[in-house]
Amino acid sequence: MDLAYSKEYEHFRATTRAFLEKHRAQFPKLYGGGRPSPEMMAWQKLLIENGYAARTIPSEYGGYGAEPDILKSRIISEEFTRAKAPMGLAGQGISMLVPTLLEVGSEEQKRKYIAPTLRGEIIWCQGYSEPGAGSDLASLQTRGMEDGHDFIINGQKIWTSTAQSADMIFCLVRTESERAKHQGISYILFSMKTTGIEVRPLKTMTGNAEFNEVFFTNVRVPQDNVVGGRGQGWFVANATLKHERGMLGDPNAANTRLQAIIDLMKEETIDGQRLMDNSVLRDRLMQLQSRVLAMQFHGLRLLTAAATGDDVGLARLIVKLEGCELNHQLAAFAIDALGELGVLYHDSPHLRANGFWQRAYMFDLGLIIGGGTAQIQKNIIAERGLGMPREPKLAKD
Amino acid sequence: MEFALDQDQKMMQESVNRTLDRVCPLDRVRKAADANEPAADVWSALVELGMPGLLIPEQFGGVGLKLLDAALVSEAIGRHVAPVPFIASYVMAPLALLRAGSPAQQSNWLPKLASGEITAGVAISEHVGGARDGAGVAAHNGKLTGKAMFVLDFDDAELFVVADRENNLHLVDANSSGIVESPLTTIDLTRTIGELSFENVDAEPLAQSDALIAMRDAGWIMLAADTLGAGWQMIEKAVEYSKDRKQFDRVIGSFQAVKHLCAEMAAELEPGRSLVWYAAHAFDAIPGDASLSAAHAKSYLGEIGRFVARTSTEVHGGIGITDLLGLHFWFKRIGLNRQLLGGPERVRHLAAVMQGFAAA
Repeated sequence: MDLAYSKEYEHFRATTRAFLEKHRAQFPKLYGGGRPSPEMMAWQKLLIENGYAARTIPSEYGGYGAEPDILKSRIISEEFTRAKAPMGLAGQGISMLVPTLLEVGSEEQKRKYIAPTLRGEIIWCQGYSEPGAGSDLASLQTRGMEDGHDFIINGQKIWTSTAQSADMIFCLVRTESERAKHQGISYILFSMKTTGIEVRPLKTMTGNAEFNEVFFTNVRVPQDNVVGGRGQGWFVANATLKHERGMLGDPNAANTRLQAIIDLMKEETIDGQRLMDNSVLRDRLMQLQSRVLAMQFHGLRLLTAAATGDDVGLARLIVKLEGCELNHQLAAFAIDALGELGVLYHDSPHLRANGFWQRAYMFDLGLIIGGGTAQIQKNIIAERGLGMPREPKLAKD
Repeated sequence: MEFALDQDQKMMQESVNRTLDRVCPLDRVRKAADANEPAADVWSALVELGMPGLLIPEQFGGVGLKLLDAALVSEAIGRHVAPVPFIASYVMAPLALLRAGSPAQQSNWLPKLASGEITAGVAISEHVGGARDGAGVAAHNGKLTGKAMFVLDFDDAELFVVADRENNLHLVDANSSGIVESPLTTIDLTRTIGELSFENVDAEPLAQSDALIAMRDAGWIMLAADTLGAGWQMIEKAVEYSKDRKQFDRVIGSFQAVKHLCAEMAAELEPGRSLVWYAAHAFDAIPGDASLSAAHAKSYLGEIGRFVARTSTEVHGGIGITDLLGLHFWFKRIGLNRQLLGGPERVRHLAAVMQGFAAA
């Protein structure tokens, strides 16, 4: 156990800090998803050139080309947070498609898509879930019929965030209808401008349309756009889901929320009494602090294990379940602490934090459900982590 | 940056667990609990591994390791519900002597503790958990008068470390005249807890220092580690049982209702391991974080421990609540750990005080 960083890393930290200090004037406004602003794209370019974005992506594909070093990645994220500097572009193209292409894409696909995606020139959306294929994603019914060198795609996707501004989609399509369920799917890339695609915003309980429905009617896509081979889509997609689950349970997000709640409880008063002076609220705050600290140290443990290749048993499998739940509980507590003010929303007078806590409380419920529901996570923990038997399959009538 | 156990720690953990697997099966626990006495043979096996001298420097016959090492031992002891003295005798008392003992006090007591020749009881409950039923000890001219409750590692202790009402620490030879020892019988018969009454009892003061806080923090961390070990054992027992027990022509472990209970236990308890590791590491290496992380380790494991204890019992169905299976030894151990040195609410209040969120 040694929580200090070695000289090499301390030097890296100092360099990172100096870089951010020097370029403070160029910090773009926070990026809210969708299409990045010109300032954001310029920032992204600067970050890639200096190794603070696309760090481990080979330079031949437009990345910085450094060896993977999980501690350096962590230092970058810590220093950016400390300087309140916007990180490089995120989004499903960069966090999910690019790693997938690097793993299983053809040379041509890598050359064509990775660099412009990293630069923020191509925005992607993910076409996985369907109305009838949620937790049982492999039962998806969007079909691609072979027609010469093309597929003709028909069907519907749902929960497609950023579809309204995306240039391209990476999409799971059933192309081999005669094959068994997991073997009949292909992972296909195509333009969202292709004729026959309709995007309908899906308004959620937050009042915003964070997702979309996407309809395909006779959408013609070249067969060359398949990644990883026809019928291999399920296995290709699983490589990406791994990346998503790691992303969804970020313990630093929980710590940021906890600190905001501490500030709130020191500043807000009810009947002239600080919220922090209410012992019931304070006890709930301390309970949440225990959990936030536990998950933070758990994160450090996983970080070390990722760097050393140590086996941590089921420790990694619990992050999505526990992390999403904790964030949700933090939002719930902030609402409770605010009392009646906690219900204000939209553009109401007396609104606190721009309605963040209610919005987060509602939106995070979606995160508990999405990316593998809490119940699916528990199956995974029980079956892969604890070695418990799978549910026997029902006999088909 | 490395948040992990090192090779030596992994080896020690394995060897303590292997030894306890051998010498401390359920039958042995049951026999000791029936008498509410420590198991001398189990203890001897741990003495052979050098466990009593874990935190005591080499010059006094110990091995001079760190609190994280002690936490790993405490976890293994909890895992086996081993009826042995440890937390007070070999963690808290040595820390008091090391931080606040005079050279004479150290050379008098530390070698006897390091060799496992004697055990030591610790009486600081009034300072940490709060004074009840008129408890409290007054010191006057080197004599103690009053009573101390929830004394840890009570049975057969030759030395007591006692906190008085002014939060000063004293060493008391158990053979001094004027002491009345009365056992307190808790739910957990694998450990001995008691009450001391003093009537003008000779005591040697320890120096003014942070020793009481260090004992409290270390005690919290050890109790949390004990629950971590006991809790994981209860999860493993539940999983094992669920793969064996059949109902409706299926092993019950294939029902999602049962699987999800097991997954919830694991998902809640496992982050507690990192919290215990961090708190134990901070105790020696990051003093500014030590008390707060110790408090969080104690209260988190107290809460999650209770959830695991009742849920594992539930997964076992009716047989889980019988004496036959012996699962209750773990259930009760976790229950005792939760309350000793302050229940979760009290410890969380202290955590708030430490951060300036509440007045003491």
